[in-house]
Amino acid sequence: MISDEDVKHLGWLSRVELEKEDSEKFARELDRILDYFTILDAVESDLSPLHHVLELSNVFRDDVVADSLTAEEALSNAKLQENGYFRAPRIL
Amino acid sequence: MLNVHESDVDVMIGLECHVQLNKLNTKLFCGCSSDYQNDPPNTHTCPVCLGLPGALPVINRKAVECGIKVALALNCTIQEETLFYRKNYYYPDLPRGFQISQYDFPLATGGIVHLEGEKGREIRINRVHIEEDPGRLVHKGAIEQAKYTMVDYNRSGMPLLEIVTEPDLKSPQEARQFLNKIRNILEYLDVFDGNLEGSLRVDANLSIEGGQRTEVKNISSYKGAERALLFELTRQKNILRRGKKVVQETRHFDEARGITISLRTKEVEHDYRYFPEPDLVVMRVGGWVREIERSLPELPDAKLDRFLREYGVSPVHAKVLTSNIHLANFFEGVASMIDPAFCTRWIADILKGELNYRGVGVERIAQPDFIDLMKLLEEDKITDHGAIEVIRTILDHGGDVGEIVREKGLLKAEIDETEIAVNAVIEEFKGAVDDYRSGKREALNFLVGQVMKKTRGRADPDHANKLLIGRIED
Ligand SMILES: [Zn+2]
Repeated sequence: MISDEDVKHLGWLSRVELEKEDSEKFARELDRILDYFTILDAVESDLSPLHHVLELSNVFRDDVVADSLTAEEALSNAKLQENGYFRAPRIL
Repeated sequence: MLNVHESDVDVMIGLECHVQLNKLNTKLFCGCSSDYQNDPPNTHTCPVCLGLPGALPVINRKAVECGIKVALALNCTIQEETLFYRKNYYYPDLPRGFQISQYDFPLATGGIVHLEGEKGREIRINRVHIEEDPGRLVHKGAIEQAKYTMVDYNRSGMPLLEIVTEPDLKSPQEARQFLNKIRNILEYLDVFDGNLEGSLRVDANLSIEGGQRTEVKNISSYKGAERALLFELTRQKNILRRGKKVVQETRHFDEARGITISLRTKEVEHDYRYFPEPDLVVMRVGGWVREIERSLPELPDAKLDRFLREYGVSPVHAKVLTSNIHLANFFEGVASMIDPAFCTRWIADILKGELNYRGVGVERIAQPDFIDLMKLLEEDKITDHGAIEVIRTILDHGGDVGEIVREKGLLKAEIDETEIAVNAVIEEFKGAVDDYRSGKREALNFLVGQVMKKTRGRADPDHANKLLIGRIED
């Protein structure tokens, strides 16, 4: 069972503030999702894990410089900016 | 209760060193130039390193090659199959909310680094993996007082190697020695410039036998590593001395104040929710190893052995000379023109001392200039003292040897000039000569001083001394 504390912790990890009724709702929903995963417990466990759905390997690029965005372009979607920097909340 | 004395405490230190592969042209997953050190903020970014939706990372082949080089130089085993993972956490320096890193299936595992010393030590390397650098956070004034954080993503996506040791280091000094050795190896491999700001960052864990370990984050220099660990060691010793227990925690090193502060972090390992990066496919680079191995340059340990054999230098000198690739090359260049036994002392003891004192590299002095100076010494045209003055002048102000020697009148006086001065001094200062004859040894110093004065410092004091004694006792 997902506890209220678990949901609060998940909210903190995602930097999302949760109201009391939200966290109760999310706890129920997360429980359902985790229940769904128990279906996998029925599968024989000696299968090797699949890390990627594509059969590809070794996709590389050469160490050659390409154009970057200008600072104006880079910052064009930032609501808060200062002297060419993005402004963000301070997190200690 | 633990009995804690300076000498008998068993200390275990492990390091996670993050080194920037800053000799590459571009970042790890995009073509943005890595040459951002002197540029304004956010001028080296693109949709990939800004984490804009839909942008796809593609790995820089050269970064992987560099990683393999380093791993081989650290005697690691390169893994056949290696994967990238997302390490999830929200912080302004990570524009996507996750860092692309490695987790299970790192690039390489299980290496050894040798540390020289009385006994010589072997430090085990747990793993070497590749990851991207986060952006750089800037605060106005102290971070505690700042109202907000300013972010520069020029550094975002720079290729980092994380080198993780086993907890084999036994003291803060040894940790620093290890970091110097790593830097030296990386510079030999030409994948790293340790002088660039932010090129090295270290997280360290430290425990005293029987106690919990603490992790110290935010160490960003070689000296800082030693200071942070010394502080942490003392702090833990004091806790044990008071009969209390060290709590396992993460602490932040405040470089300006030289202390570590508890972070009270709420994140633990499983909070990072690592999962395989779906935008990058598997790397299988086992087949590259042989060729890269063949291309590896001579590394510090091998060079040290060769210097012992080839030049017959002492182990201490060999260690100093190979402690930095530029110094080693400088020595070999000079030793091809000058007797190695002679120039070793001048490079490993005198020049290295002057460089250390100033905190500068051997690039400050041109090899041909140094060879000229050694020739003057070999031909006995300049005193040791004069040669040191030339070295200091070049390091402080530049200039070439011939000019400095002329300007400062450092060439030794010809013998007959010294003789003339000695004769004149004996005539002029009869009182002092008598004093010396009657047993006042200090009188001789006075007379030598007078000879030096007459020759305007060009006489060799030893020679003047001998001549004076010879004349007076005749
Ligand atoms: Zn980019």
